Amino acid sequence: MSATSRQRLGWLVPLIPYLWLLAFFLVPFAIVLRMAFSHADTALPPYAPHFAGFAAIGEFLAALDLDNLRLLADDALYWQSYLYSLRIAGLTTLLALAIGYPLAYAMASAPKSWRGALLVLVILPFWTSFLIRVYAWIGILRPDGLLDAALMGLGLTREPLRLMNTEAAVLIGMVYSYLPFMVLPLFAELEKLDRSLLEAAADLGARPWTAFLTVTLPLSIPGVLAGCALVFIPAVGEFVIPDLLGGPDTIMIGKALWTEFFSNRDWPLASAVAVVLLVLLVLPLVLLQRARLARGGAA
Amino acid sequence: MGQGTFAKRKASPGSVRRAFQPWNDPQARPLVEFRNVTKRFGPVTAVDGLSLSLYPREFFALLGPSGCGKTTLMRMLAGFERPDSGAILLDGVDITAVPPHLRPVNMMFQSYALFPHLSVADNIGYGLRREGLARPEIARRVAEMLALVKLEGLGARRPDQLSGGQRQRVALARSLAKRPKLLLLDEPMAALDRKLREATQFELMDLQSTLGTAFMVVTHDQDEAMTMADRMAVMDHGRLVQIGPPDVIYEAPVSRYVAEFVGDINVLEGRVSAVEGDLVRVESAVAGPLELDEDAPGFALGDTLLVGLRPEKIALSHDEPAQGLNKVRGEIWDIGYLGDVTMIQVMVGGEGGTLLKVALANRTRRIERPFAWDDAVWLSWDVEAGLALAP
Repeated sequence: MSATSRQRLGWLVPLIPYLWLLAFFLVPFAIVLRMAFSHADTALPPYAPHFAGFAAIGEFLAALDLDNLRLLADDALYWQSYLYSLRIAGLTTLLALAIGYPLAYAMASAPKSWRGALLVLVILPFWTSFLIRVYAWIGILRPDGLLDAALMGLGLTREPLRLMNTEAAVLIGMVYSYLPFMVLPLFAELEKLDRSLLEAAADLGARPWTAFLTVTLPLSIPGVLAGCALVFIPAVGEFVIPDLLGGPDTIMIGKALWTEFFSNRDWPLASAVAVVLLVLLVLPLVLLQRARLARGGAA
Repeated sequence: MGQGTFAKRKASPGSVRRAFQPWNDPQARPLVEFRNVTKRFGPVTAVDGLSLSLYPREFFALLGPSGCGKTTLMRMLAGFERPDSGAILLDGVDITAVPPHLRPVNMMFQSYALFPHLSVADNIGYGLRREGLARPEIARRVAEMLALVKLEGLGARRPDQLSGGQRQRVALARSLAKRPKLLLLDEPMAALDRKLREATQFELMDLQSTLGTAFMVVTHDQDEAMTMADRMAVMDHGRLVQIGPPDVIYEAPVSRYVAEFVGDINVLEGRVSAVEGDLVRVESAVAGPLELDEDAPGFALGDTLLVGLRPEKIALSHDEPAQGLNKVRGEIWDIGYLGDVTMIQVMVGGEGGTLLKVALANRTRRIERPFAWDDAVWLSWDVEAGLALAP
């Protein structure tokens, strides 16, 4: 390729990320969106209507309908699953924050030579398959499993806790799995905090706890928000953990989606579930971002 | 402190500044006392058995190269470091074990350490809120502080919307807002450019004399220390080498270290050949016989002695000066024109001899200078110009 033709293609370089997003995000999403307004059919692929070229686009659009969305609104199962997912994800986020903040704080306050090792310890679980780690929790939580054996062996409890297949088991599994996503952004935020700010606070008469509340905490808010978003968003759609550790009453929306798609072969309904989930998650984020931009612009 | 025999000096100018000399008054009660304080960091002794008294209303400067322990000394006073041994007293009360938030001492940090999430007014009011003052009182004091540092109208800004000089003023206002008995300033001018630094030095001096707060400045910049301080201390390896008013430190340094750290100095080695009352005669290998007007009881005939000469105290001429013993022939090796002065390096004692620096004040606007490279010249100085220093 000559230098001039290389220059001529230079404009392509900044386009690459957009092409990537177009090919692997926008187009698949358009397909899912279109499916959400179709209806199930015993065909291949198992939905109708089919797109038969732009000549027949009028008929194609007319054949689309809102039946799936109506079903989602009417059938209590779905909106209860959405609410339950939001609840579990919310609890997971709060618990992960309650455990992750002190953890990240301790890591950031540790001597510099330790921090790398501590960071590796947080990331270490990722070396093992996620599924295997969730299965390991079954071994720990099941009746007469490791946890019961340990507690009863120590004489702390007399009978099995019966944690398996409960909401508590789901929460334990979720918090365990998502904790690193909370710790890492918090650690990054707390580590870059200038220690002299805390000295200045102490110098001006702030007790250690007051200095934390008035300096450390407000300055770590971006890390808190990032960590919460990183935990909450995937937690809402989580399917594996409730399926393996939860009971029959823990129906999260991810599980409902899985069932519609694979067991019922109702692709359009599954797509509708996914689209509504996406809107539920994206809308608050967009609003948050706009609020942040508005605040930054005013300052 | 220093080498006993050299500590006593004839020159004791001091009094040219003001009559303020509490350190010479045995009745004066010190505001701060360090009593034999030692602080180690692992194998490094940062502060080594140091004793020091500061007085109310004093402007005190701690001067030394980086790593000499001056910052550690200040941080111990603020409460961020605990001495390994010794005691620190404030107003006669032992504060060695008092945590920083309970000390009536405030500090201006080198990095300013302004809270980036708070407005200028909230930064300045931070310490007042911790005292639990009522809102209107805080607002009043903050406004007063903003006026004091000439930042009226900027209270609502955030630190990142200020210039470096403005940020420095906010840091100063914040550290003064609680009306501390003693203000610690850690390299307060380090982040300012030269012009602003000079202006700020004088403002800081004005502010200090208006408020009557004792100031302790840590700096590695001797000009800054000399301009502002009533007294300054030169530190080296965790010890105070010399302490006194800036002019005494400059004109009567106790050691070669102090003489070389504060200002420029030429050093000639020689041997004492005669002592006649106040006059010491020195035989120098490169400069021949020299005379010093020094009250130096420690010197005996035959002792090796260093003669210190400040560059501005040497006169330069083409012809041999008529009188005096302190005159040396030399050849000009280098001329550096600095605007206000011209620095001339003169080789004395032929090739391989000693280079002496001479500072000539440029008193006229003439561009053509009387001296040029390779000129053979005479250097001469008064008997009172030379300093006897221990080798």
